[in-house]
Amino acid sequence: MSRGTRSGAAAKRQTHASVFAALGDETRLSLVAQLSGAQPRSIAQLTQGFGLTRQAITKHLRVLERVEIVHSVRTGRESLFELDPEPIEDLKKYLELVSQQWDRALSRLKAFVEG
Amino acid sequence: MENRIEKGIELKAPISRVWRALTDYREFGEWFRVKLNGPFVVGQISSGFITHPGYEHVKWEVVVQKMETERLFSFTWAHPKSLDKADYSPDYSKEPTTLVEFRLEKIAIGTLLVLTESGFDNIPSDRRLEAFRRNDGGWTAQMKNIEGYVARNP
Repeated sequence: MSRGTRSGAAAKRQTHASVFAALGDETRLSLVAQLSGAQPRSIAQLTQGFGLTRQAITKHLRVLERVEIVHSVRTGRESLFELDPEPIEDLKKYLELVSQQWDRALSRLKAFVEG
Repeated sequence: MENRIEKGIELKAPISRVWRALTDYREFGEWFRVKLNGPFVVGQISSGFITHPGYEHVKWEVVVQKMETERLFSFTWAHPKSLDKADYSPDYSKEPTTLVEFRLEKIAIGTLLVLTESGFDNIPSDRRLEAFRRNDGGWTAQMKNIEGYVARNP
């Protein structure tokens, strides 16, 4: 399934919840790591280095595709998989905002109890 | 992927002092900037209003989970759809929540406080992220004012 026609609005409907869930698995995290900063890869390439079958890897890739972290492009008879960092970046940004708010609240707490 | 926030901070104050700042509702309100209606009670809702200028319409509502004296204070925290005054109408009983935990440990200089917020997977965040994007400018500016104030008035 190509993701090329997906609209920006559809991307926003993506929930962080499902992205978190998709990444809450070691195999999928490793797949994401393998795909980051690299050329698109085939299932055969991605299966190397895992003690898992091609079918198992395909299943994990489908999960990542559903939350739109990964998408596949067809070249001839083969599907190549690529990383789409945007949902992960959104998630990181969101956690960063909450995190900054805590930094400030805790620094006020520090001033309060040490003052 | 990390779906929790964890922060450690060393405080030059005895653990009993920190515990009071966290669990006495008036003291909590001082540094957190919230006006709470009454004391924290395990299993019960704590409610009040945010006291940041511009955000006074924002309701504070959490459910206190654990109060283990000088060790652990935790609550679940509802995340409303929007903090904008115009469309702020949360139904807190239906909003998704995260779990906030403050853990205390005695150290040589005083107290180690570890804060965690977890459960971000619960949040259907198309709306959350938008709400935070809209509000972050004002909120950040406000936090800077407070930091400045605290620095000038130790």
